[in-house]
Amino acid sequence: MIYGIAILAFSFLAGQWMGTLLGHWIGIDSNVGGVGFAMIILILTKEGFHRKGWFKSEMEYGVDFWGKLYIPVVVAMAASLNVKAAVTSGSLAIAAGAIPVIICFFVFPYLTKGLKAS
Amino acid sequence: MSELIQVIDSYGLIVAFLVVGVIMFFSEIISRKIFRSKIPGSAISIFLGLVLGYIGGVFGDGEKGLSDIPIFKGVGFMGGGMFRDFTIVATAISASFLLIKKSGLAGMISLFLGLIIFFTVGVALGWAWGFRDAVTLTTIGAGACTYIIGPVTGAAIGASSDIIALSIGIGVVKTITVTILTPILAKRIGLDSEGAAMSYGGLMGTTSGVAAGLAATDPKLVPYGAVTATFYSGLGCLICPSVFYLILNYFL
Repeated sequence: MIYGIAILAFSFLAGQWMGTLLGHWIGIDSNVGGVGFAMIILILTKEGFHRKGWFKSEMEYGVDFWGKLYIPVVVAMAASLNVKAAVTSGSLAIAAGAIPVIICFFVFPYLTKGLKAS
Repeated sequence: MSELIQVIDSYGLIVAFLVVGVIMFFSEIISRKIFRSKIPGSAISIFLGLVLGYIGGVFGDGEKGLSDIPIFKGVGFMGGGMFRDFTIVATAISASFLLIKKSGLAGMISLFLGLIIFFTVGVALGWAWGFRDAVTLTTIGAGACTYIIGPVTGAAIGASSDIIALSIGIGVVKTITVTILTPILAKRIGLDSEGAAMSYGGLMGTTSGVAAGLAATDPKLVPYGAVTATFYSGLGCLICPSVFYLILNYFL
């Protein structure tokens, strides 16, 4: 199990490093997209290990444990933010949460049609 | 009593596990009893988290919600950047490379199209509500993508805590909207095959919303929608604070 967590930690650190490099490069001076890079590295590492036959289900268990903590961590994050100051823009939360979804429902049939055609 | 306070004070993170566990438990009950499992427990729990953040802000009179109250300070650590990023990366393990390959170009197109639509409309609405700086607008647009892309983006480009809270709120509303509307509109928009489910997951993004919505439509479609939706978060965390922010920064 610890091997799985170690692989996750490796992917995480490598991704964050790439994110920090990218941040420097575009001049924001913070970690940009490290999470995205890390996810891609994790998937590729897992795939590579699978191919070599090194991957054991117990490893996946170690990563899965952290993956399942994702919603609880988001809950903890939500509870430790300055929600009081954000409530004044509550109507924006509802509009920006719902309107793009409705637009996408209109777009979806065209998307599938377009994809089928190509 | 003072001994208990001492224990709580020394083991903040462990207290946070207990607090969040209790929140999750009640959200499950609310989800089952009141919404008859129609709305995912995760969306309700994050909403409850925001409510507690509000209450914490009222009583703690600070800027860090519940974690300003000393006995709950561990919640702030649990919800901090390190755990947030580590757990979101871990969710990628369930994405199968084979399925991604299978969804191929169609999946990629719907992913990019989805991110562009949600981000653009989110930014436009933020603008309409009177926000003008690129950091805030980018965070709002990222929140319109999902409740995880919002805070990850906001943290990367340095948005304030209340804007990050707003972006989570936007993402939660999105998840609930997708969950409710998917089974209602599925037939009308032709959401009835594995391929369509993959495009749908890519376009809509929110994994919990897509999974819950598809489960109510046709449980067989869930894994296909979920695989592209998982990628949506990764891709969004990658391009929102970089490409999208730079474009917006250029125009403002």
